[in-house]
Amino acid sequence: MLKNITLGQYIPGKSILHRADPRTKMIWTLLIMVSVFIANNVFGYVMLIALTAIALLTGEVPVKHTLRGLKPLLIILIITAAINIFTYSGQTVLWSLGTVKITLEGIMHAVAITIRLSMIVIMGSVLTLTTTPIALTDGIESLLSPLKKIKVPVHEMAMMMSIALRFIPTLMEETDKIMKAQASRGADFDTGNILQKAKSFIPVLIPLFVSAFKRAEELATAMESRCYRGDVGRTRMKKLAYTGVDIHISIFMVLFMAIFIVSTFVLVS
Amino acid sequence: MEAIVVNDLKYEYYIRGNRQPVIALNEISFTVSEGEFIAIVGKNGSGKSTLAKHLNGLLLPYEGSVCVFGRYTSAQDLIWDIRRTLGMVFQNPDNQLVATTVEEDVAFGPENLGIEPDEIRSRVKESLKKVNMEGFIEHSPHMLSGGQKQRIAIAGVLAMHPKCLVLDEATSMLDPEGRKDVISILKKLNSEENITIVLITHHMNEAAQADRIIVMDEGKAVASGKPDEIFTEYKLLRQIGLDIPQVSDLYVRMKNEGLIKNGKIPVLIDEAEQVFTNVLLNPKTDVNYNTDTERKTGEKIIDIKNLSYTYMAGTPYERHALKDVSLTVYKGEKLGIIGHTGSGKSTLIQHLNGLLTPAAGTVEVSGIIPKGKSLKELRRKVGLIFQNPEDQLFEETVEKDIAFGLKKMGLPDNEVQRRINEAILITGLPADILKKSPFELSGGQKRRVAIAGVIVMEPDILVLDEPTAGLDPQGSAGIYEFLSNLNKSKNTTIIIVSHTMEDIARFCDRIAVMEEGKIIMLDETRSVFSNKEYLEKIGLDVPQITELFYRLNRKYQNIRKDILTVQEGLDEMKRIMGT
Repeated sequence: MLKNITLGQYIPGKSILHRADPRTKMIWTLLIMVSVFIANNVFGYVMLIALTAIALLTGEVPVKHTLRGLKPLLIILIITAAINIFTYSGQTVLWSLGTVKITLEGIMHAVAITIRLSMIVIMGSVLTLTTTPIALTDGIESLLSPLKKIKVPVHEMAMMMSIALRFIPTLMEETDKIMKAQASRGADFDTGNILQKAKSFIPVLIPLFVSAFKRAEELATAMESRCYRGDVGRTRMKKLAYTGVDIHISIFMVLFMAIFIVSTFVLVS
Repeated sequence: MEAIVVNDLKYEYYIRGNRQPVIALNEISFTVSEGEFIAIVGKNGSGKSTLAKHLNGLLLPYEGSVCVFGRYTSAQDLIWDIRRTLGMVFQNPDNQLVATTVEEDVAFGPENLGIEPDEIRSRVKESLKKVNMEGFIEHSPHMLSGGQKQRIAIAGVLAMHPKCLVLDEATSMLDPEGRKDVISILKKLNSEENITIVLITHHMNEAAQADRIIVMDEGKAVASGKPDEIFTEYKLLRQIGLDIPQVSDLYVRMKNEGLIKNGKIPVLIDEAEQVFTNVLLNPKTDVNYNTDTERKTGEKIIDIKNLSYTYMAGTPYERHALKDVSLTVYKGEKLGIIGHTGSGKSTLIQHLNGLLTPAAGTVEVSGIIPKGKSLKELRRKVGLIFQNPEDQLFEETVEKDIAFGLKKMGLPDNEVQRRINEAILITGLPADILKKSPFELSGGQKRRVAIAGVIVMEPDILVLDEPTAGLDPQGSAGIYEFLSNLNKSKNTTIIIVSHTMEDIARFCDRIAVMEEGKIIMLDETRSVFSNKEYLEKIGLDVPQITELFYRLNRKYQNIRKDILTVQEGLDEMKRIMGT
């Protein structure tokens, strides 16, 4: 199950998208996600689908791999689609049984929702597949830095995110080790009802938390010893910088957005 | 210039529910000159780490003072200058690396100092070069071995251009290879860059390499001097739970028996070779020895045939951890498994209680083939204890924790109680510990509680992965003592995986040597360790005493080269000297 999730994975590469500044990628991804929700006609959807295809190609990400990332979402997609089909009140009734009816508008709506959700996930995946976690946090820190003026601890939040990313593999390994150790002492994680199963994880969770707290304390000591004192007087080795790639991507996206907005707000009316 | 001046340092703290303070450091005074290599030794809980935390102002003196390159730690405005000048490396390599790539991590310190990006870049390169990790610039820390991580941690400190390096038990979680790498880097930094080194450790072989040793016990500095001066005080060291290197021990014992009249106690192997060569100038040549070959056979308890195992089969990360391994273990035997980190030792032992199932081949333990329903029964018969088992304690009281596995067996109450009492007796824990919380115990006690939690199941086979990792000499000796008793009294088969060759040599009947997923040697302990060249070729050590006699044997052919313990060494010396 965990293996199928492509959101959050990074695949090294040298494509245009890999080389782009994380801030450029994040801003445009965000705007595309918003566009997905304001799209209201077939032309708009076709444009967005085309854009997704372009993103997949220019990012040189493995398409199959990315689409497989939709698999865990399949159930959610089916349920939302089903709810929309049966509850959307439309005019053109195609089939009905008592109070339950399926309308053409309902089906259209369900298709639209499915496309929207899938595109959001795919665009999100393209972002994380082409951007290292550290670049993402740097990008977030940089984009949110105006908020420092109103005392939002932007640097601290970014630092916390990068530490979390650093420790995910370590804690996964540790979980595996503790589960094996408790299994060796007779713990049973597989049988019993949901309540019993949940209870059987207590011997794993408590040691995991104890060790996480210990790690936190030791890490804080180590960071202090290396002169860490927040972002006061701190420099960065790798500074984010916009390059030609970002200009190209942005020009393309501005043009795309212009056409999209015209088609959404002008063509319809 | 003096690098560190500690003057009448006193530190105490309060623990919840106690009115009396705990005195962690008591009137400690010492001076470290610039360019010195100092070792601070002491058993677990002697105050070494508390002292280390005073050296860069993480803790401030309750009384007395600490002065680092002319700056007092109590002056809060100088604290960042002090920390930049005196870098610290801690015990757990994982818990001091901050960033997701090696490069970013080494850059962390300089970034905090507000250094220009170009300068940081060159410092990162230079520091990684000094610790021989240039090739790992883009790696993520979790893909590195413990020794490599610790070298990155050192590089991270070096990038701040410190004048002094303090290592707080920084080698205690590493395998011998990682440990050697770290020590040799420290020695190089000390001699070539004149960086002052303070090495806190309880490994006497490491301390022996320092210019000077400071011995700590119960918050006090009880002795200080050159390694040979300190090791001469072996009685004091043993009293406070420490030990001396095997070669020094042999010298002391020979001197006590009058076999050596005068001279200096050797602390390193090369010195020892010289000293004992001189002692043996006129050896008797006509004495032959006979090796006692007591081969332990009998009832098979573990039978592994052609076992193979592959991690992440069918992916690009595929790794063949075990290749066609066959192994028979007999009832009541003490088997040691040695080999590099990553040679397949842990994969092998995880097959013994069915945590892993063979990709090919068969495993049979006490007549059970690990599969489906038989797993429960198997896990009662095979007690598997991972490295640092104290990390799995979770109950409110020690008693509940020990009983965790027992409760699932459906035994009557009085039997449960009997077994718990017996387990704490075997592991040498005091009876009043049962009602305490496992989290308030010392490291050594936690380890014993965790092991007791497996012993209560009364397993036929006990498998331990690095049972003494991180424990001081006294703590380690205690563990092996009760394992030995358990083996004698209950005929429990014991399998030990360890990097500490001295322990393996003393304890085990037979040894399996693993390399790249295969068992490349399986023989009695004595035969295995007498193949020193072969072990060396695959990067494994032999005990220091074995090494010594191996070297002496090259000079005097009639001296035995298969010596496993200091006692054997002494006996051999007596034999060869004809006394």
